[in-house]
Amino acid sequence: MNPDLAIVWACILAFGVFAYVAMDGFDLGVGILFPTLKPGVERDIAMNSIAPVWDGNETWLVLGGGGLMAAFPLAYAILLPALYAPITAMLLALIFRGVALEFRWRDAGHRPFWDFAFTVGSIVAALAQGITLGAVLQGVAVDGRSYGGGWWDWLTPFSLLTGASVLVGFGLLGSCWLIWKTEGELQARAYRRSRRLGAGLVACIAAVSLATLFLPGAYYERWFAWPKVLYTAQVPLLVLITSVLFFRSLRRKRELTPFLLALALFLLTYIGLMISIYPDVVPNDVTIWEAAAPDRSLGFMLVGAAVLLPIILAYTAHAYWVFRGKVGTEGYH
Amino acid sequence: MLESPAALTLARIQFAFTVSFHFVFPAFSIGLASYLAVLEGLWLRTGRETYLNLFQYWLKIFAITFAMGVVSGIVMSYQFGTNWSVFSDRAGPVIGPLMAYEVLTAFFLEAGFLGVMLFGLTRVGRGLHFTATLAVAAGTLVSAFWILSANSWMHTPAGHSLNAAGQFVPEDWLAIIFNPSMPYRLAHTVLAAYLTTSLVVGAVGAFHLRRDPGNEGARTMFSMAMWMAVLVAPIQVVVGDLHGLSTFEHQPAKVMAMEGHFESHEAGAPLLLVGLPDQAAGVVRYAVSIPRASSLILRHDANAPLAGLDTVPREDWPPVAIVFWSFRVMVGLGVLILALGVCALVTRLRGRLYDSRLLHRFATAMGPAGFVAVLAGWVTTEVGRQPYTIHGLLRTADSVAPLDAPAVAGSLMAFAVVYLGVFGVGAWYLLSLMAHAPHAGEPGPEADPEKPTRTAGITPGPATDRLRPTGKTRAASERS
Repeated sequence: MNPDLAIVWACILAFGVFAYVAMDGFDLGVGILFPTLKPGVERDIAMNSIAPVWDGNETWLVLGGGGLMAAFPLAYAILLPALYAPITAMLLALIFRGVALEFRWRDAGHRPFWDFAFTVGSIVAALAQGITLGAVLQGVAVDGRSYGGGWWDWLTPFSLLTGASVLVGFGLLGSCWLIWKTEGELQARAYRRSRRLGAGLVACIAAVSLATLFLPGAYYERWFAWPKVLYTAQVPLLVLITSVLFFRSLRRKRELTPFLLALALFLLTYIGLMISIYPDVVPNDVTIWEAAAPDRSLGFMLVGAAVLLPIILAYTAHAYWVFRGKVGTEGYH
Repeated sequence: MLESPAALTLARIQFAFTVSFHFVFPAFSIGLASYLAVLEGLWLRTGRETYLNLFQYWLKIFAITFAMGVVSGIVMSYQFGTNWSVFSDRAGPVIGPLMAYEVLTAFFLEAGFLGVMLFGLTRVGRGLHFTATLAVAAGTLVSAFWILSANSWMHTPAGHSLNAAGQFVPEDWLAIIFNPSMPYRLAHTVLAAYLTTSLVVGAVGAFHLRRDPGNEGARTMFSMAMWMAVLVAPIQVVVGDLHGLSTFEHQPAKVMAMEGHFESHEAGAPLLLVGLPDQAAGVVRYAVSIPRASSLILRHDANAPLAGLDTVPREDWPPVAIVFWSFRVMVGLGVLILALGVCALVTRLRGRLYDSRLLHRFATAMGPAGFVAVLAGWVTTEVGRQPYTIHGLLRTADSVAPLDAPAVAGSLMAFAVVYLGVFGVGAWYLLSLMAHAPHAGEPGPEADPEKPTRTAGITPGPATDRLRPTGKTRAASERS
């Protein structure tokens, strides 16, 4: 087994998952915050700010699922049954919020219902994704090449903590997105909300980081082994600096910076996550190389990914560029 | 394995339910995307307003169909893992890359150009817009190519070997992609999608012709749909026959079940038209049959011997009654579709295509026939592969995740409630769009830039706010 291809694919998938989190995070966040927006203009503006992009965002989720099956079939086979309930809940929630985005325009009579479905779908999807993260981190029971645990193993105080953290984090992304995309009263409230959600997220990051160290597994050594700690210690340090910059950007009423800094916080926690998990793919049980598909599979896919992913990123960037600027002003274009 | 038989059955029901629901949407959108490309091409070439109106009319319907196909498709990419984890582990190295290529080559292509197709007609040049329409149509076909390649490999696996962990691993990608049943299955399925679309288009056209025989849009779409039916249905008969012969070669037990042949026939097997297959007894009761006709069809020789399921170990039998009946539903509808095409051609030659009430009633009734036929055909081939997921190599019972029956029962109920509710509402919205007669100046999913939309400052986005015009206009009027 050539370890390089497995690592390359781990990086591609890690990138894909982060692309998903960064992009769908804010549109789920807008859904989470939807009840705090006034029916009518505010909700329509918020909805229109994500409408051009959410569909493409979710394609990354399909890439994540399909890519995991293709590149690390053993991990896919162990993790998905372990996460049966949260994954199922996430899929159903995504259906609900996806069609709610369409149907609310189709049927004004039932718009309050579809708005409610949009919010519930967004909240459940965010919670389920956070719980999934926690359930993976805390490890799953493995029996041979299969999941060996029960149906409620994923449900622990830790996974509920990660679920709540992702909910808060996506809420923050949504709120910062609204700062960027709106103005006036809606934007003013988004500033206030971002401050509270930002404080909440920093608290969540601290809580999850500490709790992770007490999980079974090699987490403590992966962070504190000498001299590796010299590198790993930079992550919490950067989180601290980024947080300070984030709150300062809110005070100075910057419009795009808070969103970018919130994404930077996500990226840092994501890097922290990689430090915690690497080189496993199922923590404590299966490494990247053990789970990897044979080189002939990985190489075949790599040809396509190397050619197509840059093109896909170009499309995506273009879509965001076309719909740049404020929603709800004359100066859209 | 820990799993109980109940969990296995429930997992199978859940997969069948979700994949059947999903399959309905691409069966329609593959054909519709191509139809839209044809309409736009004709409009650009002839400048005839009717083509543009029809393009806009069907574009709104395409938008909803496509969205429902996307959300029901996300479910499929995870269900392999949640419910069929052993299959995923063992077949992932072969099947997974094919699906990854589907995402990379088709899904992102569609997502990238759908926005321009839906909302870009007045924003980008006509040439670029037509390119976007062609890209989306190509994307639906590329998607069909990869997913049917993966599916066909499960029927006629080739180009692989087994590794020490028991995984199927690739040896020859060309042999995997173009496995023996793939070309036939791809042609048969894509033609079926085209026929399904032409039946829906024809039914909508006929429905509006019955109210107003002079409606230019209804006349054009009905005429186009009936040409499609009469041209494609005979080709489909030939392709279906070739597909059947390929199945006969590679998966004989499936064909035996389709034919209801429990017993072998030394010389000249009869063609069973109807009957009640009794799997336990191994006979078809109350059979009505044509002597020797089955040998004639399958062997092209009325006296050729034909083996029956009595030559196959019982534990390898597919559920005969389901395969037997779903096959008859598909073929029966196929005959009706062919009949519709021929009737329309005859009526057309008599110059009465637009005012034959009987033909219009027939065409309207046949609107859903394509969907039923596609699902029946799908059931025939998938149930006919049982008791295997990978024909001859991996049994369904050995593919399933280590499942607890209550967990699967819970998820199945949730899927049933959500799908029936959500897609039921979606279907109702589609039907209400179809109930409107096409007319001159047909609005597209894109709002007129001169309308209040612009002052409200909301710009339609790709992919999702395809229904926005109404919503936006309403939202704008609420505002003012």
